[in-house]
Amino acid sequence: MKESPFLRGIRDGVPISLGYFAVAVSLGIAARSAGLTAFQAALASLLNNASAGEFAAFTLIGAGAGYFEVALMTLVANARYLLMSCALSQKLDAATPLLQRLVIGFDVTDEIFGAYIAQPGALEPHYAYGVILIALPGWALGTYLGVAMGSALPARLVSALSVALYGMFLAVIVPPARRSRVLAGLIVLSMALSALLSLAPAFAFLSTGARVILLTVALSALAAWRFPVREENAA
Amino acid sequence: MSGNPYVYILVMAAVSYLIRTLPLTLIRRRIENVFLRSFLYYVPYVTLAVMTFPAILTATGSVWSAWLGFAAALVCAWRGLGLLPVACAACAAVFLSELALL
Repeated sequence: MKESPFLRGIRDGVPISLGYFAVAVSLGIAARSAGLTAFQAALASLLNNASAGEFAAFTLIGAGAGYFEVALMTLVANARYLLMSCALSQKLDAATPLLQRLVIGFDVTDEIFGAYIAQPGALEPHYAYGVILIALPGWALGTYLGVAMGSALPARLVSALSVALYGMFLAVIVPPARRSRVLAGLIVLSMALSALLSLAPAFAFLSTGARVILLTVALSALAAWRFPVREENAA
Repeated sequence: MSGNPYVYILVMAAVSYLIRTLPLTLIRRRIENVFLRSFLYYVPYVTLAVMTFPAILTATGSVWSAWLGFAAALVCAWRGLGLLPVACAACAAVFLSELALL
């Protein structure tokens, strides 16, 4: 019998949730130094689920910034989700109702987006619900514990868990690259330029979010120009 | 902190939600333009690659354990294992190598 999309979503959401948990603990530590309570930080995580965005916002809140600055920071740090949602709009069946779009849109993150993209064919909304249902609590709970427990968690455990998300990303992008030289080349080029931009002092002014957006737009446009995708399986 | 924490949280949540939902609700149809379709097809690969590397190298307690975790994930992903096994392999490689190294 074929596994239901919802259960598949739950299963694929487990590594996301675990990885989130580890990252969120360190986010919670940042929230605590910004003066937020464990409940407030968990609420922020439940409503945002954005690592860089929340981290940047917490830092500003701690520094006494105003609401507008926090809004602007959130916009800039999360701008890549705008791109991801555009890509995701092509992954949804055109008949997907508005309400389901509003729910799916609530939780588009790097990791969840990765899981969606790895799905063959159109994204089934129930698969998305399964992923979100298991991943989001991991994020909020991790943030809560980060505030409540501070750095009491064993460092080795946090260290090991923090690569879970990257492992997941690789599980998403590597298998298709094995079948396509263009994708393989694009991935290697992306990593090389990303390393260059993050290590070269001349580019130190670029934040992580800005680097991701800049390279995504430039390299995706380059690939689309040089290697347009014509077959049906694109997106 | 100079404002109400709940207003801060609401502002963050509203901005994040709009960013994520507007494209999903406004782009209701299949984009026919080949360049745009190709662009959106390549976006996830570039984004995920850029976010993984070199950030993974500084995610753990030591750059060596990170390299080993990276290598373990690459090998397992290349062999076509799923999201959970690859993630676990990376974690295990980091954990075991840090036991040995640190």
